[in-house]
Amino acid sequence: MGKTSIIPFGPQHPVLPEPIHLDLVIEDEKVIEAIPSIGFVHRGLESLVDKKDFNEMTYVVERTCGICSFMHGMGYCESVEHIMDIEVPLRGRFLRTIWCEMSRLHSHLLWLGLLADGFGFESLFYECWRMREKILDLFEMTTGGRCIFSVNKIGGVLKDIEDDMIKTILRVLNDMEKEINTIKKTFLLDYTVESRLKGVGYLSKQRAHDLGCAGPFARASGIRMDMRKRGYAAYAEIDFEPITSDIGDSYARCQCRIEELTQSIDIIRQAAAKMTQGEIAVMAKGNPKGEYFMRVEQPRGEAIYYVKANGTKFLDRMRVRTPTFANLPGMLEAIKGAQLADVPLLILTIDPCISCTER
Amino acid sequence: MAKIMNFTGTMLRNLFSKPVTKNYPAQPAVYPERSRGHVEIDIENCITCGICKMSCPSGAIQVDKVAGTWTINRFDCVQCGYCAVKCPKKCLSIVPGYQEPMELKTEDVYTRSEPYKPPKPAAKPIVKTETKQEG
Amino acid sequence: MSEVICPDNVLIEIEADRILDTVMEMKNKGLRLSQACAAYINDKYELSYSFANEDTYEYTTLRVFIDKETKVCSITEFYPYAFLYENEMKELFGVNIEMINFDYHNKLYRIQTETPFLKKGV
Repeated sequence: MGKTSIIPFGPQHPVLPEPIHLDLVIEDEKVIEAIPSIGFVHRGLESLVDKKDFNEMTYVVERTCGICSFMHGMGYCESVEHIMDIEVPLRGRFLRTIWCEMSRLHSHLLWLGLLADGFGFESLFYECWRMREKILDLFEMTTGGRCIFSVNKIGGVLKDIEDDMIKTILRVLNDMEKEINTIKKTFLLDYTVESRLKGVGYLSKQRAHDLGCAGPFARASGIRMDMRKRGYAAYAEIDFEPITSDIGDSYARCQCRIEELTQSIDIIRQAAAKMTQGEIAVMAKGNPKGEYFMRVEQPRGEAIYYVKANGTKFLDRMRVRTPTFANLPGMLEAIKGAQLADVPLLILTIDPCISCTER
Repeated sequence: MAKIMNFTGTMLRNLFSKPVTKNYPAQPAVYPERSRGHVEIDIENCITCGICKMSCPSGAIQVDKVAGTWTINRFDCVQCGYCAVKCPKKCLSIVPGYQEPMELKTEDVYTRSEPYKPPKPAAKPIVKTETKQEG
Repeated sequence: MSEVICPDNVLIEIEADRILDTVMEMKNKGLRLSQACAAYINDKYELSYSFANEDTYEYTTLRVFIDKETKVCSITEFYPYAFLYENEMKELFGVNIEMINFDYHNKLYRIQTETPFLKKGV
């Protein structure tokens, strides 16, 4: 029995740009408990429903997060569209799918870079972020924004991706696929990477289920759950299978996300091939009345948009439950029993986004 | 060997290739056509209806109907483009070119050369209304 | 074309004293607590507890209407990870939730105002 002490960790930490504070109870070098506290950046976006009408809320919801901003906007719009019984034209839905998968690509590349930075592989970090920059350029070309896209509206999308832009996207993605294969080799085979990731932060399938995990974090433990299977946007037209792993450690989480990069590229190719010409949006008339829970698969996991409308311009309640909120308990479990030096890495493996968790 | 040397190729390539970043201030940044930099107004077409002011999520736009001015606080604007979508005359547009940093928040005021006068409705036959006093 | 699994969401309205029983049923069915949230509409709290099935993508929401003073029991006994949701409900809306296993005592979010999501004057 070693000596027990408590080490405060965060909210400012060199490898972790997220404002989360943990009190780590450690015994020698081993963490035996982690007590979380969040709440440094609560903005109260949800309460803006009293002041902004439901159309303006699209732009507010989008600003929940700077990485998955497109999906936040889309989830909210799909929720309101479901209440108002609006059928979005097929081309609009395909465009949403393409932008969704591009968001996933850039989020996963960002995460892989941060992970490489977390275990001290600086040049790999630069490689990942160099690739991510190309996706951001594609976003700027198609939507006009690099982080916040503002292309969603209730009833469809605001901007079309013309055929020559689609060609550019596919060409960039072709090049990128080759580069992804190179970094994939380094991430999955390299000795130094393996020694930092393998067997660290193991979470069994049963524990992941008991702790309510979501997204790649849960899929790495063997839970076959992917909200895209629900067929929102145009995912019903696209052939894909959720990527899972049975190993359940940090290495498996890294592997799942790298495989999802290839999968996203494949989905964009399918969408570009199956997309037909036509309208991209329909007019939304009247005010919504009713309620709906929309579930969307974000890069980090399942996000939930609850909209309750009363037939006026202003909604009664709008709630966003971001994936990190669901993954926090799982992360605390994964930290237990780990070495103190692995804690920043383990916090990174859930791809935390504390600022959008607090909204 | 595959386990320890597989990043060497990438490293050597990076060592002998040109930097991927731009030499920014010397070489100007190129923005694509759709880049959402700032809102521009064709003030002579503006009818000062105030729809942009009402729809702006961040409340950056002020419209004065009497003076015929359209004012925007560039530092409050979030470039969402909702005003350009809503504008009935399509005189607002989002164009490339980001707002430069400044010491103080300033407002840009655009004034019409003459205040907008709504076209008179077609002359209606004047009907004399007689108010009956009920008692 | 892949198979689409999209069953409709189910909404069940229950009485406040039946929360624990119903939540235990959900736990026994092997469902995952997906989210919990509160709303304050027409002078009543509306609590929603949503449960998701990981294989069939079914989504069941329990809806409880309670008055402002009514106390409800925490569900953290069955779902320990509900503590974040319940602390959030308690802090932002002022719902009287008792016996949370990990109570932050209104310090989950570091904010100045008490119950900021309740409309003023309530």
